[in-house]
Amino acid sequence: MLKNSLFAAALLVIASPALASPTYQLTLKNHRFTPAQIHVKAGIPNVIVMTNNDDTAEEFDSTSLKVEKVVPGHSSGSIRLRPLSPGRYPFMGEYHAQTAQGVVIAE
Amino acid sequence: MLAALIIVFREVIEAGLIVGIVLAATQGVARRSLWVSAGIGAGVLGACVVAGFAGEISALFEGSGQELFNATILILAVGMLTWHNVWMAGHGRQMAREMRTLGAQVTAGQRTLTALAIVVGVAVLREGSEVVLFLYGVAAQGGLTAGAVLTGGLLGLAAGAAVSAAMYFGLLTIPAHRLFSVTGWLITLLAAGMASQAVLSFQNGGYLQFWMMPLWDTSWLLPEGGEGVLGIVGRMLHTLIGYSDQPNGLQLAAYLGTIVAINALMRIVNRPMPVPAAAPAPAE
Repeated sequence: MLKNSLFAAALLVIASPALASPTYQLTLKNHRFTPAQIHVKAGIPNVIVMTNNDDTAEEFDSTSLKVEKVVPGHSSGSIRLRPLSPGRYPFMGEYHAQTAQGVVIAE
Repeated sequence: MLAALIIVFREVIEAGLIVGIVLAATQGVARRSLWVSAGIGAGVLGACVVAGFAGEISALFEGSGQELFNATILILAVGMLTWHNVWMAGHGRQMAREMRTLGAQVTAGQRTLTALAIVVGVAVLREGSEVVLFLYGVAAQGGLTAGAVLTGGLLGLAAGAAVSAAMYFGLLTIPAHRLFSVTGWLITLLAAGMASQAVLSFQNGGYLQFWMMPLWDTSWLLPEGGEGVLGIVGRMLHTLIGYSDQPNGLQLAAYLGTIVAINALMRIVNRPMPVPAAAPAPAE
């Protein structure tokens, strides 16, 4: 059992970082996320590609997703999500938390 | 202003706690303020550089540069904390004895000051670069809010410094002969928490993709971050002892592995010294 999982682990380490997971686009403009709701499949890894169209950097921040990712202005970054249990996972742009709000819904 | 205060405080609190522990752990060591200040200074400088090159760092390693960078400096800090504890295991007993006889002036222990200064530098660098990016963004947008944000930022900084001082003076109330064993455990847990965060950073970067399912979820009891007093308590525990409301298997393995490794190394270093037999000390 342990041997099997270690073998699987070794395979996964070698195989990564592959972006074979479903990918979702997220755009930031005027410190607002579009779409503000992202529906993803539960139980598998997902990737959000965040494009920051503002002039300044923003930090994609989510305590429940365990992600903090700085995306500089006019560039994009990939945010890898672990396999999620069904539920709502709010995220925000930490530098403009009043407007930059969104939620990942795993189902 | 409040938003700026909260953001800066949130980022500064982690570095503040670590500085407080390091100051307590180096209690009585000559020129420690100089070293700790140098660590803070280098951290601030590094934070500005990292913030300036955020785009370039991000783009490295197929977009995982940021995560790999974070994981690397976390592992560096774990190494430095381990070194400090192992060194103290060899020399700490003597230091504690000297402290009791000679008062607080112990000149030994300067060697691991370098290690702890690096830990302080890393802590400031990690959180500082986010503050710099935030403040830069505000400054770049201009407008009337800049002054208010600056005020908020300074207040946040002061609050972080207050946390640092509270941690330090709180630890100093521990009797001198027990202080180093308490700070030793704090440093072990700090290192374990950083190892677990390093694992998460690797995983967020697309590496070490195994044992990723959360083992349990205590976010209903004590969230690891977020708004409110509970969020701040959770965040402080996250920094101090590596508390996570949804740790995954590999994080837990790294956490426990670090604790075991540090204690094993401390034991090995301690062995050649003439240790009094394990018999209980006679009652006084």
